[in-house]
Amino acid sequence: MITFQLINMKKELNDNWDYSSSLEAINHIQLKKKYNLFIDGKWIAPSKNTYFKTINPANEETLAEIASASKEDVDLAVKAARKAYTNVWSKMPASERAKYIYRIARLMQERAREFAVIESLESGKTIRESRDVDIPLACNHFFYYAGWADKLDYAFPNRKIESLGVAGQIIPWNFPLLMAAWKIAPALAAGNTVVLKPAETTSLTALKLAEIIEESGLPPGVVNIVTGFGETGAAIVNHPDINKIAFTGSTAVGKIIQKALVGTSKKVTLELGGKSANIIFEDAPIDQAVEGIVNGIFFNQGHVCCAGSRLYVQEGIAEKIIKKLKQRMESLYVGDPLDKNTDIGAINSKEQLQTIEKYLKIGLDEGAEMYQPKCTIPKKGFYCAPTLFLNVAQSSIIAQEEIFGPVLTIQTFRTVDEVVQKANNSPFGLAAGVWTDKGSRIFNLTSKLRAGVIWANCYNKFDPTSPFGGYKESGFGREGGLHGLSAYLKLS
Amino acid sequence: MSRIEVLKTYKIYIGGEFPRTESGRYYTPLDSKGKALANICLSSRKDVRNAVVAARKAFGPWSERSAFNRGQILYRIAEILEGRQAQFVDELMRQGSSKGAATNEVNLSIDRIVYYAGWCDKYNQVVSSVNPVSSSHFNFSSLEPMGVVGVVAEQSTSLIGLVSLILPAICGGNSTVVLASEKLPLCAVTFSEVVHSSDVPAGVINILTGYPEEMAVTLASHMDVNALITSNLETKLSNKLSLLSVDNLKRKFDYEVNWVEKDKQALHYISDLQEIKTTWHPIENVGGASSSY
Repeated sequence: MITFQLINMKKELNDNWDYSSSLEAINHIQLKKKYNLFIDGKWIAPSKNTYFKTINPANEETLAEIASASKEDVDLAVKAARKAYTNVWSKMPASERAKYIYRIARLMQERAREFAVIESLESGKTIRESRDVDIPLACNHFFYYAGWADKLDYAFPNRKIESLGVAGQIIPWNFPLLMAAWKIAPALAAGNTVVLKPAETTSLTALKLAEIIEESGLPPGVVNIVTGFGETGAAIVNHPDINKIAFTGSTAVGKIIQKALVGTSKKVTLELGGKSANIIFEDAPIDQAVEGIVNGIFFNQGHVCCAGSRLYVQEGIAEKIIKKLKQRMESLYVGDPLDKNTDIGAINSKEQLQTIEKYLKIGLDEGAEMYQPKCTIPKKGFYCAPTLFLNVAQSSIIAQEEIFGPVLTIQTFRTVDEVVQKANNSPFGLAAGVWTDKGSRIFNLTSKLRAGVIWANCYNKFDPTSPFGGYKESGFGREGGLHGLSAYLKLS
Repeated sequence: MSRIEVLKTYKIYIGGEFPRTESGRYYTPLDSKGKALANICLSSRKDVRNAVVAARKAFGPWSERSAFNRGQILYRIAEILEGRQAQFVDELMRQGSSKGAATNEVNLSIDRIVYYAGWCDKYNQVVSSVNPVSSSHFNFSSLEPMGVVGVVAEQSTSLIGLVSLILPAICGGNSTVVLASEKLPLCAVTFSEVVHSSDVPAGVINILTGYPEEMAVTLASHMDVNALITSNLETKLSNKLSLLSVDNLKRKFDYEVNWVEKDKQALHYISDLQEIKTTWHPIENVGGASSSY
């Protein structure tokens, strides 16, 4: 009864006392109206002179025009990368290579806030996230891998170590700068040169990174940034003078790439989709677990390949967890990504919003029970309220397919064996969460769950030193840590 | 009157049993003089699928054995093979090897098994890491077997190519479905008898004879096979298998290696068939106590 009154009181407070907005300043950022391609250390207009608009998903306003790279432009970039590899980068002492990468890290740190604002403007993620997670991690990634450049012999003892040559890298829109860092930093440390394509909805921070690379004095052609759509990516994948393809994105596209590479000598790493299980046992620390569930699925609007999108709660505690989760969701603030109050920002694009809405409909059609908190959603821009689905079957489409949005399915379980079976019953195997106070159970689960990353009593933690990547159809290869280096080296 | 020799019926090996192929088919490979070696099972797609089921069933318990125990079992294979050395030399010679080459191949195979037996409880220590993350978490990465590994054995050798691919896979806790050399199948079948008497649990190693192309296509497109390894395979078939492997993102490795060379054994043949798993756990950080007093 008392709790009931409290909730009512809280609701009244919420109704009457909205947050005062706390907007991040944007007057200090430097954005051009139009961006060309960064090839061979120069800014080059695209050969077909075509540009596309990039918009702010929070209000649908145009931010800038971005060059669309053709096959010819990609060829130019690969040639520049090859020349830089042969003439400069592969001949440079590793310790000097390291110093360039350190320089990039430092310059990024100096301009971190500008990057955070631009990242939030273009991707829709909250400023709190881009400021406190994405950008610092991206800087740290460069700083971490810089130091590896002259220590590769220690990473792979008893192996002959060689760089690969030119790396073609294609990255997604969910963590634009961070993914660029995950790709470029280890590639450079290992002695390769790079042609990188950001996702078409999030090109800006990669282009700003190109400015920093220019400023750092990195020899021309070592890093080339080509912007564009799927065809630009295909031109990279199919280019005959590329030695390595690194792709992060959907499993469907990953398979297309893998098929295209059959019969070539190109080395490949794929970081693909997921449908990760987040498992709550009866002895879990409840409040922390609820925060972990929220962080697991609503972090970055659920645009996270390792999002904890399948929640498994042990039966005895299910009612309590669901109640607390609903209460917590009532206090989530959906709105302007640049507002520091905002918990859930904008969905990255109209297309993605349509995809998520399609799955919400599927969930309802499948007979699942949907729950969304009462939250106000801005009229302009692309937004989706945080969503729970109860009464979900293991075979439900919404519990099987990756939605890539703030949508959580909840199922219950009784025994450890049952939840291991359910969690592993997925073609994916990227990550999993386990919440329990019992150490022996954690180690039992961490060894039985078929996934590349296990977060025990935590979720969605990342670090440059920590290898990340999946089992099964979540892709292969690891990024981060010592293990992430092998993707960019020829070991014999 | 001289004694009549008892000839062996060559069978396949699935789930710890020695059936003939369910298809009832056979083929007759020839020795170097053009004489029939034996009526060898021409295994079918169904045999491959049965073997995958057996391998999947065996994978969990095998991967959960202690590393030390796996090491002992692998060493046991070497012991049993050593005792049957003469039989393998004889079979290799029947398939065209000189006595010297045959003896060398069998001895090398035994030594290679001992080599991988020793790795069982060591590779994870060498390749794992504790990762110094910036947040207050304990974070470590270690290796886990991929699961069911399809093995298309080298076609030009009967024993050493087979052993060089199977051993690193099972050393790391995987289970295997192995397609023997089509033209030189005798040692593969006899090796399954060695495996059977070496405490290797049923289903960890399954060995089929027949046409590699026919069987390998089933193996490569099977959704419950996690990895596929081949060796010195012709490019066209290798590419075909690579393409089929994409459907469930099988990890595929094609080793171009002359296995008869002594040093063609290494840690990375084990770690190629391992996934890296990273585990995070928070570290309690309360109060002001530090370890520096």
